Amino acid sequence: MSDGSAPSWSCPLPDGDGEVVRLADGGGGRAMQRLLARVIRPLLDDPELARAHDGAVLDPGGPIAFTTDSFVVRPLFFPGGDIGRLAVCGTANDLAMCGAEPLALALGLVLEEGLPTAVLRRIVESIRETARDLGLRVVTGDLKVVERGKADGLYVTTTGIGRIRAATRIDPAAPVPGDLVLVSGDVGRHGVAVLAAREDLGFDTEVASDCAPVVAPVLALLDAGVAVRCLRDPTRGGTAAALVEIAETAGVVIRVEEAAVPVREEVRAACELLGFDPLHLPCEGRFLAFVAEPDAARALAILRRFPVGRGAAVIGRVEGRDPRGRVLLETPFGQRRPLDMPSGEQLPRIC
Amino acid sequence: MRFRDEYRDPERVRRLARAIARTVTRPHVLMEVCGGQTHAIVRFGLDRLLPAEVTLLHGPGCPVCVTPVAHVDKAIAIARTPGAILCSYGDMLRVPGSSGDLAGARARGGDVRVVYSPLDALEIARREPEREVVFFAVGFETTAPANAMAVWRARREGIRNFSMLVSQVLVPPALEAILSTPGNRVEGFLAAGHVCTIMGYREYAPLAARWKVPIVVTGFEPVDILEGVWMCLRQLEEGRAEVENQYARSVRPEGNAAARRLVGEVFRVVSRHWRGIGDLPRSGLGLAPDYAAFDAERRFGPADGAGGGEAEADCIAGLVLRGERKPPDCPAFATRCRPEHPLGVTMVSSEGACAAYYRYRFAGSAEA
Amino acid sequence: MCLAVPGRVIDIAGDDPATRTGRVDFGGIVKEIHLAFVPEVRPGDHVLVHVGFAITVIDEAEARRVRAWLEELEEGEGSEPGRRDALS
Repeated sequence: MSDGSAPSWSCPLPDGDGEVVRLADGGGGRAMQRLLARVIRPLLDDPELARAHDGAVLDPGGPIAFTTDSFVVRPLFFPGGDIGRLAVCGTANDLAMCGAEPLALALGLVLEEGLPTAVLRRIVESIRETARDLGLRVVTGDLKVVERGKADGLYVTTTGIGRIRAATRIDPAAPVPGDLVLVSGDVGRHGVAVLAAREDLGFDTEVASDCAPVVAPVLALLDAGVAVRCLRDPTRGGTAAALVEIAETAGVVIRVEEAAVPVREEVRAACELLGFDPLHLPCEGRFLAFVAEPDAARALAILRRFPVGRGAAVIGRVEGRDPRGRVLLETPFGQRRPLDMPSGEQLPRIC
Repeated sequence: MRFRDEYRDPERVRRLARAIARTVTRPHVLMEVCGGQTHAIVRFGLDRLLPAEVTLLHGPGCPVCVTPVAHVDKAIAIARTPGAILCSYGDMLRVPGSSGDLAGARARGGDVRVVYSPLDALEIARREPEREVVFFAVGFETTAPANAMAVWRARREGIRNFSMLVSQVLVPPALEAILSTPGNRVEGFLAAGHVCTIMGYREYAPLAARWKVPIVVTGFEPVDILEGVWMCLRQLEEGRAEVENQYARSVRPEGNAAARRLVGEVFRVVSRHWRGIGDLPRSGLGLAPDYAAFDAERRFGPADGAGGGEAEADCIAGLVLRGERKPPDCPAFATRCRPEHPLGVTMVSSEGACAAYYRYRFAGSAEA
Repeated sequence: MCLAVPGRVIDIAGDDPATRTGRVDFGGIVKEIHLAFVPEVRPGDHVLVHVGFAITVIDEAEARRVRAWLEELEEGEGSEPGRRDALS
């Protein structure tokens, strides 16, 4: 599939039946109905979706969290996941970061003319499996097709609603001096896995993306009454961006101990080789939690009960107030230096 | 990771810092040459571990920074040429030419491809025989062998649609230029360890003797740099001016013979213009006559021209490259000039001193 | 630009010294590296890699020797250096 100029979709499947998506399949007519009937509806068999209405009608029974994300990751398939799994986890996790239990998803697909139907099927299967594991319903959606060369395979947009479960409002403005910063596990694996899957970088590694739902550990923290000020998943921009955003929103100084941030050896090695900072690489199955100090030990114990939280650690502390918001990294040599988010150009199409 | 982690051991770093403090009895000014060393010093805060009497100046060892505007303009022109593919190291993409940079050329439809290795560019030429593939060969002596190999293989394999835009520079003439500048304060140098891995260090002996400066071939990890600093300071305190090798695990006096042989075959020494410094005779490499057919300047026209504005009026990149100013001395530093909107090359390149200071000392709006 | 990274050679392929490559392990990341400039390299050696090429075989014995000497010096700070690869 790959030559010098066209990106490979790195699809692990055999050729399938040779069927491909055509422009007409997005036209709203019979061709599209055939595609929906053959590929989409059998896999996403939700009663609301089956009603073929313009939208889903739901009754969440209380305050909701509402979030949306677009996914343009290249390649579509990478060790540990694919764009479908990424989309469902990403949106479910964003809802969890709001202190909500994910309820339902809307799925938007933009397909490139020529995308093998087998690839589409595999991705939709992935969406189904991931959603089912979460008890999450795909209740409505949309499908468009654009000309060959205009979508790199496909783009996915997921919009999600969730029922608020947090007793107090989870808010990036909430952290106060004295709070501790926890991370739910080692960082940077998703970034390395996607980069490794890009043939143009030419390296092999066993590192798989950490793409996973973090809903269960988050709900466990909330149910246990842990005083959680704020939650954030470090996706684009990595842990650094997440910390800086919160510091700036809350107007605080956050001190992070570099040696305390868990990073796997292979992630470190890839960073050395490619000139990246592990704190700038995205994760898709991790979160930061700002927790009142008295509750931190309990929070850590709760997180470590879950496989996805086994590597949880305290990495820093909110030290003081500063309207500009600052993050200071304490190096192993005892130096303090500012931590900033990356400039943004080095890792295109990572999520 | 072996051969990396033990050279970042905090305990060894602390012991070296103490040893340096015990050694120093009067002020000294040292310069590290290589941008990679500057980066490590600022990132690990090594300059802050030195006693106040020791001043560490940052040298011009950033090949991205010193690439002449004319070459950047030529690369952009090639990228815009229909049918051509311009391949480059990632660092070069945001270096400003006289109007715009390669990233901008790519955004406007030019075919610019980032490669990790010059052989990747050759591979693109193999895979796309109808396109003219040009590799923008920027670098010091460390990179010259790889660049030479790309051209050597192209000739051997008869790959006709490949050429190189050569902008290679050599370190010793830069040291010479700094030493011969009136008012030079530098008393000792940390020579670039990876450059010397290729070239060896015999060519530094005449410099050390003539100018009476110690030159210590130094590596890039915190322990390497502090050891190099310490060895240099010991020489100054003892009144010696010799060439020493801290980076002996990688550097031999004669360097890498196989690499030097290939570089000598494919390239010849030429004069080059150093952005921010000026023309330095016999300070760079160009293709040797036998390989002239692979010169992109032959196929696309010479890289020349005044190039318009060399730098923004407020940009002091040249002074920073020569070690005469430090980034925080610049009025535009971290205000008008930041990585997102750089005024000059030392902020653009990841190895430039300004970029290093910004990233590790002045991120966001806060000074640490 | 001077970014060179140490790694361990896992295996070597090819007979032509000019085009020989090897897989190098950088600590869990494996990359195929050109070995034209280190004709003496053997699997198990550590090399320094720059833009896809090994530019030297890391001399472990030398590394140990220099470290031992420097550690003596750091302790003593008055004792004469045992070796000092100097040219004058």
